[in-house]
Amino acid sequence: PPPPFPRVNVVFVDREGRQVPVRGRVGDNVLHLAQRHGLELEGACEASLACSTCHVYISEPHLGRLPAPDEREEDLLDQAPLLQENSRLGCQLRLSPALEGARIGLPRLT
Amino acid sequence: PRVCVVGSGPAGFYTAQHILKHHGGALVDIYEKLPVPFGLVRFGVAPDHPEVKNVTNTFTQTARSGRCGFYGNVTVGRDVTVPELQQAYHAVVLSYGAEDNRVLGIPGENLPGVYSARAFVGWYNGLPENQDLKPDLSCETALILGHGNVALDIARILLSPLQLLRKTDITDSSLAALACSKVKYVWLVGRRGPLQVAFTIKELREMINLPGARAVLDPADFTGLESAVKDASRPRKRLTELMIKTALEKPVKMQAAAARAAAPREWGLKFQRSPQEVLPSADGRRARGVRMAVTRLEGSGDSAKAIPTGDVEELECGLVLSSIGYRSLPLDPAVPFDSQRGVIPNSSGRVEGVPGLYCSGWVKRGPTGVIITTMNDSFDTAQSLLEDLQGGVLDISPSREGFGLVESLLHSRGVRPVSFSDWEKIDAAEVARGKAAGKPREKIVDPAEMLRIIGH
Repeated sequence: PPPPFPRVNVVFVDREGRQVPVRGRVGDNVLHLAQRHGLELEGACEASLACSTCHVYISEPHLGRLPAPDEREEDLLDQAPLLQENSRLGCQLRLSPALEGARIGLPRLT
Repeated sequence: PRVCVVGSGPAGFYTAQHILKHHGGALVDIYEKLPVPFGLVRFGVAPDHPEVKNVTNTFTQTARSGRCGFYGNVTVGRDVTVPELQQAYHAVVLSYGAEDNRVLGIPGENLPGVYSARAFVGWYNGLPENQDLKPDLSCETALILGHGNVALDIARILLSPLQLLRKTDITDSSLAALACSKVKYVWLVGRRGPLQVAFTIKELREMINLPGARAVLDPADFTGLESAVKDASRPRKRLTELMIKTALEKPVKMQAAAARAAAPREWGLKFQRSPQEVLPSADGRRARGVRMAVTRLEGSGDSAKAIPTGDVEELECGLVLSSIGYRSLPLDPAVPFDSQRGVIPNSSGRVEGVPGLYCSGWVKRGPTGVIITTMNDSFDTAQSLLEDLQGGVLDISPSREGFGLVESLLHSRGVRPVSFSDWEKIDAAEVARGKAAGKPREKIVDPAEMLRIIGH
């Protein structure tokens, strides 16, 4: 029988530019998925929308397919260093078929 | 390699965490002058921002890991010197932050009723040295000098409904004082304009949405700003747009008196006002107002300067809070210190001219920034240290005794360090005491009591 949660393949790009292919499941939290695979993505406030340490970049066209960030996420993104048009907070994103093949990049630290 | 970190706030812990993660053999000891860890996360972050404090969970994991030691109640520079630490460890990282504040340098600054924001925040957050502050909250109007997040935090704590504060980890004694507070109007006063405010949008929105308090912004302050920020960075644009929207909002259709009744407390922003003198009451015994120089702006953006125009204005108030910045202090004669900038001279965290000495956090880059800023900065210093280990710049061939050496020095000086599991006993006591009152914890504010709890 097919697995209860369909798989989604993404590629994380770490802070040194190394690609880390990851096979997750629909519904996986992007921050926790990254952490489970050894990527250095902090979640200082533990996904409670009180920091921007889980800041990531999402490739197009995947970014456009995601539900738009709510005001609270937008406010916190304003405080993230190296903010880009394709910035999101990893703790607010869940894997879905829309993210199949997405590249999820970690910003450089400084 | 044995590494010593001085300071157990976010800078100290994130630096330790990064070193431990990327070097399988490193042993890291964190020293802290108070019996309790976490620095500004415990003593600076506002009581009504508990989610920000979740970061202590990751710090706790680091402290509990086998290769990390925690030694509280040890004041580096007094109980043990930096040169002594350099004898005991292969590398020493200074992450002790900013324990002082900038001063206004104006007459009347020392009048009763005038406090530094740092001391006021320390007061309501249970920092032992500020427990005797006894701020006088018997006046109606408070002026907060400064347009940063600390200023907004204080405004919010002064005007928050008590039933909200009651459920936080704000200290019991400050809660009692706030319950008797007469403060109704809070003005945040800055030398420059709306485009130079340093606070951030999340905190501003919180203030705008504060129950029982009305935002009073003068639309005249915001004329022409809509177009001025068209090409500004996203954060500046969004922040300015929110201020403009709030200033121009037509009041809800009700009578002024009814509006006042619904939101009896008011707060507002005043711009282009630079404090010249804190004015004394008739008997000279307390502050009664501040005389401000009206300024104009020269230049634009972050580098705009406030130039006095010659006009002055007096603002009446009974409480003045100076929120113009924290400031680091020099720790030890052996450590270079730039007193003008208030930082340790360094290059990517390597202290200039002193091999084996590093710094991270506010004492490295200046006292601004939130968790993510300090986190990135700490990882940057840790990277420098790891590079130096790998490249042989840090010589680890001489054996160093680490805490073994420091312990005997402390013992001979009558200093007894507090371990992390000791802290966990204090932590448990605070949580238990808070439970009865429906608070996450009731902070213990007397170091002697902390030591009693752990049997020292």
